[in-house]
Amino acid sequence: MKILVAIKRVVDYNVRVQIKRDGSGVATDGLKMSINPFDEIALEEALRIREAGTDTQVLVVSIGSQSAQQQLRTALAMGADRALLLSTEDESQIQPPLLAHALLKLIEQESPELVLMGKQAIDDDANQTGQMLAALWGRPQATFASKIELAAGLATVTREVDEGLELIRVELPALITTDLRLNTPRFVKMPDIMKAKRKPLEIRPLVELDLEPTPHLETFAYEPPPKRQGGHKVDSVAALVATLKAKGVIE
Amino acid sequence: MNKILVIAQHNSRELSPATYRAAACAQAIGGEITVAVFAEAAGPIAAAAARLDGVSRVITIERPENAHQLAALLAPQIAALAPDYTHVLMTSTTCGKDVLPRAAALAGAAMVSDVMQVLGPREFRRPIYAGNVIVSVRVPGTGPVFASPRAASWRPVGNGGEAAIEPATLELCLPTHTEYLRLEQEENDRPDLQSASRVISGGRGVGSTENFKLIYSLADKLGAAVGASRAAVDAGFAPSDLQVGQTGKIIAPELYIAVGISGAIQHLTGIKDAGTIVAINKDPEAPIFEVADIGLVGDLFKILPELEQEIENPS
Repeated sequence: MKILVAIKRVVDYNVRVQIKRDGSGVATDGLKMSINPFDEIALEEALRIREAGTDTQVLVVSIGSQSAQQQLRTALAMGADRALLLSTEDESQIQPPLLAHALLKLIEQESPELVLMGKQAIDDDANQTGQMLAALWGRPQATFASKIELAAGLATVTREVDEGLELIRVELPALITTDLRLNTPRFVKMPDIMKAKRKPLEIRPLVELDLEPTPHLETFAYEPPPKRQGGHKVDSVAALVATLKAKGVIE
Repeated sequence: MNKILVIAQHNSRELSPATYRAAACAQAIGGEITVAVFAEAAGPIAAAAARLDGVSRVITIERPENAHQLAALLAPQIAALAPDYTHVLMTSTTCGKDVLPRAAALAGAAMVSDVMQVLGPREFRRPIYAGNVIVSVRVPGTGPVFASPRAASWRPVGNGGEAAIEPATLELCLPTHTEYLRLEQEENDRPDLQSASRVISGGRGVGSTENFKLIYSLADKLGAAVGASRAAVDAGFAPSDLQVGQTGKIIAPELYIAVGISGAIQHLTGIKDAGTIVAINKDPEAPIFEVADIGLVGDLFKILPELEQEIENPS
């Protein structure tokens, strides 16, 4: 079967971002960039499905600037068979409705049986693209997956929900978004990086998809969050408990 | 005038607190508030929704397919109701996150996730980068605004209301491609990390899985949930579902006690909204002390037993 995995290039989760001096956005120039960690889990899952023995092709897709080639190369080194970049230099365009419509066009061309992506990107934290794509595609969705079992055209997915673990069964083709507990992505080895250089990475301008205008949000202010006033210390356990009681936090 | 549709969240028996929070966000937007209850049998849920402060109408959409809150089934129904409203709100729980974007896409709308504050009918503040940046966003156009209030930002409304309850039917053929199987819940008495009012987390400083028992023991004394830093999870001291931080759970308990946690940025972003943060660490220079309301420098292996003792029998 064919699995389409969507990945996003984001600021590495270990890097603290700053707002640009003029307040016009988040300063990302020169920061370490990575595959969105939840998307990396999605890719790892696709590779494990292929390695489990079914005849599977893993196509990895990213929508973004030319620099996202770097993350697609990493994905190829992890083991993806093919990579495709839908390139656009206008990053303010990259919002869930647009991503969903663009990925839908690709689905129409590639006919995957499974589409995997992270539950959210750690930059805009929208948590929307997968659900929107599944809606437009008219296919089932299973979000926040922590376990995926495929058999006979069906996927049984364990979902991490606030109340515990929810199990649902969906007919393929389907879209699944991945959560942290699903797997631990592999490390890329040097020979794989060399091999990945020979794998196909296609670049197509996003405009070639000829998308209708999609709904979007306009961001008009960027601010730092309110600062916590910490720094107060006590010198004994008794003083700690007394302070907590005085604050009414414990009885 | 704004006409706001709040999607009720429930477990088939009770209206969930998330709905009370969504109603608070609806009040901040201002306008006529309708709550929609999708259920197999809406009875007690609709009755509770009718008592929400500020709500003028409750509509119930009862059909067998609504027995479980499946996005593939709820979304087309919400999208069918949306054109009669200026706003559609559903709190950003895992259920709200699953359902609302799907409904927005079917309605041809964009969506504002995790609304912290209402600036105007179509302007909102929300966090990005795990709360390290707050953006103000505008929803252009005139169609219904889809937005998910962020739970930690809205105080639940009271229940002194008396709204009318009206059954509604939607002539829609719903998909059959998605089947609910079951819900598995952890069988322990400890509160859930995500919603607990008290959380005690251990970090790398705790040193081992065995030593983590000290954390569990104190948590049981305080009726608290247990969390862990990424460093503790990576070191194998605690399972990954306990991870608090940007790539784990983002929590907002009333009391957070960080034990042997240095305070890496990715951890701090996960606890920013906690009420009171207590830090216990042997390194006085640990960054956790910069955000902690109360810090105690010292050896956690001495402090934790003493703390348990002090809570039981104050000196």
